[in-house]
Amino acid sequence: MDLSFNDDQKQLQDALAKYIERDYGFERRRAYQGTAEGFSREVWAQFAEMGLLSLPFAESDGGLGGGAAEMLVVMTAIGNALMVEPYLATVVLAGGAIARAGSGAQKAELLGGIAEGKLIAAAAFEEPGARFNLAHVATTAKKAGAEYVLSGSKAVVLHGGQADRLVVSARTSGNVADEKGISLFVVDRKARGVSVRDYRTIDGLRAADISLDGVHVPAGALLGAEGAAFEVIDAVADAGVAALCAEAVGVMESLNRQTLEYIKGRQQFGVPIGSFQVLQHRAVDMFIHAEQSKSMAYLAAIKAPVVENSAGPSVGEAASVKERRRSVSAAKVHIGNSGRVVAQDAIQMHGGMGMTNELAAAHYAKRLTMIDFVLGDSAHHLSRFEAA
Amino acid sequence: MDLNYSAQETAFRDEVRAFLRDNLPAEVSRKVIEHRHLKREDYMRWQDILAARGWLGGHWPKEFGGQGWNHVQAHIFDEETALAGAPRVVPFGVNMVAPVIMAFGSQQQKDTWLTGIRTNKHWWCQGYSEPGAGSDLASLKTRAELSADGTHYVINGQKTWTTMAHYADMMFCLVRTTNEKRKQEGISFLLIDMKTPGITVRPFLTLDEEHSLNDVFFDNVRVPVGNRVGEEGKGWTYAKYLLGFERTVVAALGFSKRELGTLKRIAASEMRGGRPLAEDARFSAKIALAEIELMALDMTVMRVLSSRGKAPGPEASILKIKGTELQQTITELMMEAVGPYAVPFVPEAIDGNDDGAGPAHAAPLAATYFNWRKVTIFGGSNEIQRNIISKAVLGL
Ligand SMILES: Cc1cc2nc3c(=O)[nH]c(=O)nc-3n(C[C@H](O)[C@H](O)[C@H](O)COP(=O)(O)OP(=O)(O)OC[C@H]3O[C@@H](n4cnc5c(N)ncnc54)[C@H](O)[C@@H]3O)c2cc1C
Repeated sequence: MDLSFNDDQKQLQDALAKYIERDYGFERRRAYQGTAEGFSREVWAQFAEMGLLSLPFAESDGGLGGGAAEMLVVMTAIGNALMVEPYLATVVLAGGAIARAGSGAQKAELLGGIAEGKLIAAAAFEEPGARFNLAHVATTAKKAGAEYVLSGSKAVVLHGGQADRLVVSARTSGNVADEKGISLFVVDRKARGVSVRDYRTIDGLRAADISLDGVHVPAGALLGAEGAAFEVIDAVADAGVAALCAEAVGVMESLNRQTLEYIKGRQQFGVPIGSFQVLQHRAVDMFIHAEQSKSMAYLAAIKAPVVENSAGPSVGEAASVKERRRSVSAAKVHIGNSGRVVAQDAIQMHGGMGMTNELAAAHYAKRLTMIDFVLGDSAHHLSRFEAA
Repeated sequence: MDLNYSAQETAFRDEVRAFLRDNLPAEVSRKVIEHRHLKREDYMRWQDILAARGWLGGHWPKEFGGQGWNHVQAHIFDEETALAGAPRVVPFGVNMVAPVIMAFGSQQQKDTWLTGIRTNKHWWCQGYSEPGAGSDLASLKTRAELSADGTHYVINGQKTWTTMAHYADMMFCLVRTTNEKRKQEGISFLLIDMKTPGITVRPFLTLDEEHSLNDVFFDNVRVPVGNRVGEEGKGWTYAKYLLGFERTVVAALGFSKRELGTLKRIAASEMRGGRPLAEDARFSAKIALAEIELMALDMTVMRVLSSRGKAPGPEASILKIKGTELQQTITELMMEAVGPYAVPFVPEAIDGNDDGAGPAHAAPLAATYFNWRKVTIFGGSNEIQRNIISKAVLGL
């Protein structure tokens, strides 16, 4: 057993910390968020240069073969700086699905494009009314000669409006909530019949509702075996949850640092408010929340890699799938609850300042709170934990 | 013991209900119930209706043009109007500065300002907090110096967090008139016309991107001495007197009852695992626990009301703490109820000018949740309220 980072991983951590220090201050983040796309293409190109966009993929697929530790390092850094770039959507979710299910040609084209920073991709798994159940797929894909025709709606697709390609779950057979009969397709966002309602999210990112109205895709757009995509989707979503957990830890650590600094500096009644014991104990609890969350984020990262490597469990093994689901859901529940509390207390301890849009901490608190609502909230994962 | 309202109280409640049914504009209550942003016109429209009926300040004594409602009637009015989805009466004039003017103001101040408030002519704002003086309000620094001829105070300094100062005609303001005494004794209470030269109102947004807050800067602002309430240096006493008037209003019972009803409606229409969320055992237990908290608060308010006549004491702190915590619990559950649709942020949808993403009830819920973090911060933070109980009741 060894839960430490090796030298390469520490180097990556330092490099990201330096990068953030130099190029990703909060005012930059605000500026990137305010652009038409809601993130920075320049930062994205630097991500590519640093190798982040191919980090989790196998070397045989042109990736760097990064594992749990590398993903923890990157996602925690993204949380630390509250980055708005579509890393989760493009690399972890869409990239993860392509890496797991794609053919050699698909991986070469799509993962290659992602790695170079030229291709933004997003995962369109969730549907209106599905409430986090990824087997709830009403979107249909009907075979028509050498093509498939897709029809249906996708909800709150992270960075769906900025993506060049969408990895879409659609039903090729079975009933709405069946795990069997779901397939994945790579769809061009600009294809005829795709309409996108792009919007901001309350935590400063972008998402979109997408409707597919008789969208024709070639047979080559099918990702993996027809009708057998649920296991891939489930595993990819778990890797996404693990990434979100690591991001939450980064957000929490930054937010706690900001709050601590604030209560040490803010004077009322002639003393720093941090000298009041009621605030001290709360700060201690926030610190403990962050530590426990980090532990759970480690667990999730280890159990749910973006792609399987030879050492790890493979998707098909029932026992390890069960183990993965249990651990990932446990982490999401734990971090959802901790995140809620830490965000609330951070705002409260900042007093009126915590309510202002000008203050970085308010934005950290918003992101930390909303992470619970992405890829399954605490209630969803509590049920999933019990069922696993 | 009898929990029931008396015949007169019931008759009064029915009168309020009938009035609301006939006079509360549906477009306005819809905005309130659906958590849409209210504009100045929405508040003004409703307050004009109340003023016409003589109910803006219905709890004021008759000698000042009120209806002389007792505590129970005032409570019934507050609860019924909130339940019906009426906009909250902007409290700064009617509930905050008016009692101070009644108790300590000159005859001329009473004639001018009480009439202006009662008839909805003047919008007031509260100029207490400063960047360096929040919980520790008595450390405020905004200076007021008497002019050489003794006719004016000249004000310099800054107020902050001033709610709706951008709408206000008048501000009641705490200023420092001397540095020589104990910090509480150098404070005076002034009524300031917001159009006076030298006042700058700078808006800023809260974390939900709403504009209700402002900084207010004073640069040699001349305020007639006649606009000081009571004696120079007694402002702190008057400000504390005002706090006593918040009594049961801070519990926001009507608000929480209405919002609990909204929560139940949302939970009934959202689906989880093929069934309404309201039937989900875990979620319905959360709603039930909130409802039980509400019942306890309701009974505590009733106990406070039935002991009327006693000076307002630390029970106001209990009501503030529990009332605000309950409001936050309900806003949190509403956000949880919509699951993934808590995430989209479409401000136009919150203003009611866009369908937003997902079900219509979802658009404002996360923004409301974040906005509602304020209630445990302002009006004396909940930490400060606990300090009060700790000292005043428990003797710690
Ligand atoms: C939305 C909003 C609207 C407002 N509207 C107005 C308005 O119209 N007019 C106006 O004058 N003001 C207004 N305020 C200001 C409000 O009254 C202050 O925010 C409040 O008094 C707290 O002061 P502060 O923000 O400086 O926080 P601080 O006093 O700096 O407090 C920061 C934290 O320290 C805690 N703390 C402070 N002292 C103690 C202590 N002794 N023991 C334990 N904990 C302590 C607080 O509880 C809080 O958690 C508004 C504030 C908000 C958020």
